[in-house]
Amino acid sequence: MKQNFRFSGTGGQGLITAGIILAEAALLDGLLAVQSQSYGPEARGGSSKAEVIISDQPIRFGRVTHPDTLLVMSQEAADKFSGDCDASSLIITDSLFVKDVQARDARRIDLPITHTAREACGKPLFANIVALGAVVALTKCVTTESLERAVLDRVPKGTEDANKKALAAGYEIAKKSAGK
Amino acid sequence: MSRVLLLQGNQAVVEGAIAAGVRFYGGYPITPSTEIAEGMAKRLPQVGGKFMQTEDELAGIGTVLGASLGGAKAMTATSGPGFSLKQEMIGMACSAEIPCVIVDVQRVGPATGQPTSPSQGDVMQTRWGTHGDHWLIVVSPSSVPECFELTRRAVELSEKYRCPVILLMDEIVGHMRERIELPDSYEGLSVPRRKQPDTPPEKYLAYADTDGSMVPAMADFGSGYRWHMTGLVHDETGFPKGTPAATKNSQDRLHLKLRNHEDDIVQVENYRTEDADVVVIAYGGAARTAYDAVDMARDEGIRAGLLRPVTIWPFADRQIQAAAKKTKCLLVHELNCGQYVREVGRAVRGIVPVDLYAKYDNEPATPEQLLEKIRESAEKIKGAK
Repeated sequence: MKQNFRFSGTGGQGLITAGIILAEAALLDGLLAVQSQSYGPEARGGSSKAEVIISDQPIRFGRVTHPDTLLVMSQEAADKFSGDCDASSLIITDSLFVKDVQARDARRIDLPITHTAREACGKPLFANIVALGAVVALTKCVTTESLERAVLDRVPKGTEDANKKALAAGYEIAKKSAGK
Repeated sequence: MSRVLLLQGNQAVVEGAIAAGVRFYGGYPITPSTEIAEGMAKRLPQVGGKFMQTEDELAGIGTVLGASLGGAKAMTATSGPGFSLKQEMIGMACSAEIPCVIVDVQRVGPATGQPTSPSQGDVMQTRWGTHGDHWLIVVSPSSVPECFELTRRAVELSEKYRCPVILLMDEIVGHMRERIELPDSYEGLSVPRRKQPDTPPEKYLAYADTDGSMVPAMADFGSGYRWHMTGLVHDETGFPKGTPAATKNSQDRLHLKLRNHEDDIVQVENYRTEDADVVVIAYGGAARTAYDAVDMARDEGIRAGLLRPVTIWPFADRQIQAAAKKTKCLLVHELNCGQYVREVGRAVRGIVPVDLYAKYDNEPATPEQLLEKIRESAEKIKGAK
């Protein structure tokens, strides 16, 4: 069992943090994980991507060449990072930012990620955690217990409740979309 | 007891250094090595060590040499542009035999290059970056757990042989996060310190080979042993001496103290090479591609293997010659235009063909790309029969 994830968007959206949290959740589940990233020299802005491979076998090459799940949080990232998806890939897009993806035959689920972060937690800042909730709800790659623990281990003190809300909101929008 | 963590290679270097007993870090942060400075700044005060952020890379390694002369296990980290600046002091450390560890997390160069992209363009610079006919040690990790282990080993070798040891990393391994299991306590993991003099201060000769190991005992500055340290060629007193005999003695010892101990220093890993027709040679981050490519080649019936040099310098002549005698082709894969491959060719002396898959477009090769090269090499050997 090997699952390849790519989270892409704009620098500052917290996607590398989301990748780290997902990998840590996998370790909590007793699986192996490798997380890598690429970003430009800018502190903010510029397109950024984080990749996570989860497996029960040793992982050597640490980059994703064919995402099973691609999260896209900006149109620029969609243009840059969706080209290597195909019909077997799941592409989750943030409806606020993404119009079109390159791999048109991939299964695409458009979710109001940033919108929900603002509604549920008061700030678009929580979009990465909402997105994580949605990714895990749709792929079941890690247990929700491990995901919550990994989120709470990583986020600043005092933001635990808001982050729990963000996770729950992420599960919710994913379930709604699956019910459609 | 131990804990399972998801760490970056750079963070594992920090933990390896703390475990080895490094208690001084001086340097100037630079991508993609910055997490090492960041981590040392956090961890050193917790264990009674000192962290110093200097005005530039030159001052950084200057403080490291000073701290080491004072008796501390000392380290710095940088990337290409900073590594160029440190070369003068690396030569000083070779000449005056000052133990120290320099981490170079390579990025694309030359000059400022691409700060956040992987490359292995500094391989020859680690060997010949500083001037003069020197010897030193370079080791290169391929995984996060190995970053921890090899940092400890780098400190150990630098203390044992009194020379600079370079931990040669790349952006792939430096920034990648993976599982590592670390002990809760680092007790017992500290590596032995440099040999101390067993003569009284008034009889101490700073550069005398007293036990035939060619590595002189090193007294800490401030310990009551007075000695002279210089970058000029010196005799066993430490004072400059320019006679042909003194020059040759000094050069011989600086070379032979390492060359005579290659069995202790040089390490390689062999993966599925036993019956291999094509042996891939790859190190550092590029080796991660190679493990997968070798497995894929085996799956389609090509007998492939991987020889991974862990010690880059001194060069693994003996191990690579032994591999060449057993296989039909060597295929070097590195993330530059071809550096290590030149030494492989020299060592192998035409026993088998030496192919090269050079990748230098700021992305690591995928296993599929390397597999294609393995197929080509395998095809060529068939044709040669």
